[in-house]
Amino acid sequence: MAADETHAEVTPTRGETSTRTPVKSWTLPGVGLLKGLGVTMKHMLKPAVTQQYPDVKPNLPARTRGVIALREDNCTSCMLCVRSCPDWCIYIEAHKELAPPRRAGGAPRKVNKVDRFDIDYALCMYCGICVDVCPFDALFWSPEYEYSEPRIADLLHDKTKLGEWMETVPEAPALEAGAEKKKGK
Amino acid sequence: MTSLLLAQAATEPSIVNQLVDNFWFVLAIKTLVVIGFFLTAPMVVGYAEHKVLAHMQGRLGPMEAGGFHGWAQLVADGVKFIQKEDIVPEAADRPVFSMAPAVAMVPYIVLFVIIPFGPSAYIVDLDVGIFFAIAVSGISVIGVLMAGWASANKFALIGALRAAAQLIAYELPLILAAAAVVMQAGTMSMLGIVQAQEPMWNIVRPWQAVGFIIFMIAALAELTRPPFDMPVADSEIIFGAYTEYTGLKFAFFLLAEYGGIVALSAIASVLYLGGYLGLPGIPLPAFMWMFAKIGALAFMIIWFRATFPRLREDQLQRFAWITLIPLSLLVVLVTAIVEVS
Repeated sequence: MAADETHAEVTPTRGETSTRTPVKSWTLPGVGLLKGLGVTMKHMLKPAVTQQYPDVKPNLPARTRGVIALREDNCTSCMLCVRSCPDWCIYIEAHKELAPPRRAGGAPRKVNKVDRFDIDYALCMYCGICVDVCPFDALFWSPEYEYSEPRIADLLHDKTKLGEWMETVPEAPALEAGAEKKKGK
Repeated sequence: MTSLLLAQAATEPSIVNQLVDNFWFVLAIKTLVVIGFFLTAPMVVGYAEHKVLAHMQGRLGPMEAGGFHGWAQLVADGVKFIQKEDIVPEAADRPVFSMAPAVAMVPYIVLFVIIPFGPSAYIVDLDVGIFFAIAVSGISVIGVLMAGWASANKFALIGALRAAAQLIAYELPLILAAAAVVMQAGTMSMLGIVQAQEPMWNIVRPWQAVGFIIFMIAALAELTRPPFDMPVADSEIIFGAYTEYTGLKFAFFLLAEYGGIVALSAIASVLYLGGYLGLPGIPLPAFMWMFAKIGALAFMIIWFRATFPRLREDQLQRFAWITLIPLSLLVVLVTAIVEVS
């Protein structure tokens, strides 16, 4: 009984699928082969899409995510990037320094001075979570990509190198019309 | 070739005369010419394949070797092949394994002996020319069988047996199509077949045009070129009979493949495209016409490789026995009727 019911359910769906497939009109045998030959010939006559990389620089989008750059002045060594990094490839060391007070007569401020900010690009998987979590706009995506090294240990880049890449970071695009203004300073 | 030497001999004094009359000297020169052609023409086709295939896929192909558009890529490949280690599997049948590349390659060298590149530019004009050509081109598969069997490798053996089965299936339409041309021309000599096309190339006759298509399909299959490359289907059996080969021996198989393309293109242009005969109004030397036709057919073979996916083994056999052989018999029949009436 149960088998009959399933059978009754299956039959209409079968009919449905068969009506859905369009009936092919008859074509001359070999027409498809000739069409295929036409496609390959067309592609041969078109210019190739290959870019000869070391001779010709690739035409990349302006905001390409090539490498992570650091604006050292913005970094407070809060360690958010270090802790959110899935690969643990960011190393920060810092010490406290006294800075002049904000208002005259106030107590001197204590600021964190970054001694070491290294990213090990042999480990980094370019997920960009550090850039996202940074609350002080210290980390940016740079379109730079030519930083390979002969030795894998040399891929551990320090804050000087990360700072140099800041120059290649493009200006942030303007906010869309009607977008919420950024709060704070 | 011979006439050129003879013409020189007529004008120059006795020492050259003696040399031209000397059988062994002439033999040595002819051998050098054939081997020289066999070593260069497949390289040109191989390079063309690199480039044409690349551009059909939107790539550039070799661009570095030799400076200008990678023209020396195959020379570099040759140097690389020579440097590679020559590995023979432990279980392999050593003498057979080492002999197989030569057996696969030599028939295609021998083929060039009978191909006419001009009214007098040929090595020999055999009375049984086309018969010789087809018989010799069939030997090549023995080399492949030897390679497959001697490798002691299951993939190699499957590949070799596929190659043999493919040759048996496609040799028949190849011979029948050629037989129709022989009936048309009334001679088996390659030179005679070209001369018989003096008023009209064979391909212009509709029944021979069908024969040309059959011949080219069968030639593709005999060369195990895509879409008939099941004997070397890399997704199924690695590289068929050549799986265990390395270095120079492997290069010989490749040379045999590309030499085969040149040889069968040459035979097809002799049989159907009027060989060295030119079109009226275009003043080109005879051998240039022959080269142009070989080049055009070789380009077609490369074009097919870029376009068509590989057939399945049973589809290949079915196509040969059910479609091509009856069709080629029909071509023979129509040729007989037209020629007799």
